[in-house]
Amino acid sequence: MIQIDQLTPGRPATIFGIDRKACDATTWQRLHEMGFDEGVDVELLHRAAFGGPIAIRVGNMTIALRPAEAALIIVDPLPLSNAAA
Amino acid sequence: MTAIVALVGNPNAGKTSLFNALTGARQKVGNYPGVTVERKLGSLKLPGGDHADLVDLPGTYSLNAHSPDEAVTRDMVMGVQTGERRPDAILAVVDATNLRNHLRFILELKRLGLPMVVALNMIDLAERDGLTIDVTGLSTRLGLPVIPTVAVRRRGLDALAAALQPLLADQSAAASMPPVDVRTLQREARSIAEAVTSGVGAARRWSQSIDTVVLHPVAGPILLATILFLMFQSVFSWAEAPMGWIEAAIARAQQVATAALPDNWVRSLLADGILAGVGSVLVFLPQILILFAFIIALEQSGYMTRAAFLMDRLMARVGLNGRAFIPLLSSFACAIPGIMATRTIAEPRDRLTTMLIAPLMTCSARLPVYAVIIAAFIPDQRIAGFLNLQGLVLFGLYVFGIVGALAAAYLLRRTVTRGEGQTFLMEMPKYQWPSVRDFVIGLWQRAYAFVERAGTTILMVTIALWVLASYPKAPIDYPGTALDYSFAGRIGTAIEPIFAPIGFNREIVIALIPGMAAREVAVSALGTVYALQGDEATVQQSLVDRLRGAWPLPTALAFLSWYVFAPQCMATLAVARRETNSWRWPLFMFGYLFAMAYAAAGLTYWIARALL
Repeated sequence: MIQIDQLTPGRPATIFGIDRKACDATTWQRLHEMGFDEGVDVELLHRAAFGGPIAIRVGNMTIALRPAEAALIIVDPLPLSNAAA
Repeated sequence: MTAIVALVGNPNAGKTSLFNALTGARQKVGNYPGVTVERKLGSLKLPGGDHADLVDLPGTYSLNAHSPDEAVTRDMVMGVQTGERRPDAILAVVDATNLRNHLRFILELKRLGLPMVVALNMIDLAERDGLTIDVTGLSTRLGLPVIPTVAVRRRGLDALAAALQPLLADQSAAASMPPVDVRTLQREARSIAEAVTSGVGAARRWSQSIDTVVLHPVAGPILLATILFLMFQSVFSWAEAPMGWIEAAIARAQQVATAALPDNWVRSLLADGILAGVGSVLVFLPQILILFAFIIALEQSGYMTRAAFLMDRLMARVGLNGRAFIPLLSSFACAIPGIMATRTIAEPRDRLTTMLIAPLMTCSARLPVYAVIIAAFIPDQRIAGFLNLQGLVLFGLYVFGIVGALAAAYLLRRTVTRGEGQTFLMEMPKYQWPSVRDFVIGLWQRAYAFVERAGTTILMVTIALWVLASYPKAPIDYPGTALDYSFAGRIGTAIEPIFAPIGFNREIVIALIPGMAAREVAVSALGTVYALQGDEATVQQSLVDRLRGAWPLPTALAFLSWYVFAPQCMATLAVARRETNSWRWPLFMFGYLFAMAYAAAGLTYWIARALL
């Protein structure tokens, strides 16, 4: 189980949960509005230079967010063989 | 009473395209009373010849508002927006390729109990991606009419109107239900989406492959810099000819007025006040249109959010957000549209900071000033074989403005606008070709807003400054110029001691006063101060010669530095007042820009004097 920003690009994962304790109510709400939720499939697509934002595929959307918020999202990386199937 | 239909949807669902397709170009654009949120109203034709008013509400992900825009959407559909009637029905737009997330908002809206129709938009893209959507099944599960549409191709529009009509006729509202937790709705939305969608789309693969280049840590910024370079190149080269035509037309109108009227104050007010003042705004319209054209195309294609992504790190360093990049980019044409574009920034302090630094982006009104001073004082020679020294100085002034803006943002965020900023959390839409209709309507609306705001303020300010610069009339035997004798001249003389330490002579100080209307007016004001006669080109050439003899080099350099920060643009201050609803922030803006301009000009003057 790792934070979403630590995923290897291209490695599919499932969201295990959003760290509600470390997260204020507004951020928690907005992350959910952007489609983040337990059980949703995600993938790290891009990382900006110098610790800038990252782009995540959430279901069918691409969402950009900063590493600080990304760290609140805990994911379960899927075995790579599943991705090929 | 005409029925009101509210158009609601997530950002990137194609809401604006649908609004444009349904209502055409005749839209009423204004503001909601008391808030600077854009209110767009159009007429929707119903079957049988009736019409309903269609209100385009700001795009939002939920009724849990995070910004003033989103609050308007919430208050409108709840019927508590001041001065607005509650809509009779909702037309909700969803992206067919993204049902999992967009249906959550539909479920949230449905609980309000208002009659509602769902437009299943971009159905063609879903089909192209290999997704099949069971429309009847979706309609049954939602308990709402669902109409497949392709807004950009005008598909499904009649069916939408036909589905809305019975809802408007039958006013028996359903009971509203209390709001529920976002996660409950999310899960319900996902289960509905999974049940009605079949086929695994090769969704967005091509958008993602474009992004591997566009968002690449090295290639991405290079591409962004190239796009910006081409944009500015086009703004200046394409606008040259139309700007010449506008100048010629204004000059012609001034001649006609001068020839037709007797030599009295009416003629002077019309020719030197109103025509000159309005002309000084209209002349920038070509540049602003070209810049807007680029910005709208970049926005509609989906690139702008990528630019915000690339710029976020730099913006975060000075306490801003990647979203601030777009308004700041507009400010290179003119700070007025830039300040108006800050409305997309949700956090009030982020928005205020962006507004305050917008005038530091070198707007096109500074160029005539730079051009004259550079031509007079910077030798036209090559450096290192290929760099032109004059061009280099001009480039340096742009960079100076940007660096000054970042420094100002850094300081402001730690003092007057201190506090938690907004984080960067943004959906990046799929790439698409801008639609011609949406592009033209968008360009027209922005250009109109600019002319309206800038035009009315500039008109009033020019009349006031014309009075200051024309009265009292100098006696025939007065040795100096008429401007010297006027109120403007006297004010200039009075405040000259303030500017003497930074090397400004009395002529410069007097020219700064009419230059309050718009920065470039300082050029013609200097022409007047030095009593130069003739048309504009002659004045400019003779001004270059005259300044060479009259100003020491440190003074000229100080004047250039002054103009990087120069606070004098009444139209910008007026727009800032409008957007912040008080005089407090525009006065602060004037004060801090004045202080920065004074410090920069002073340092330049003293350093140049010590070195040269």
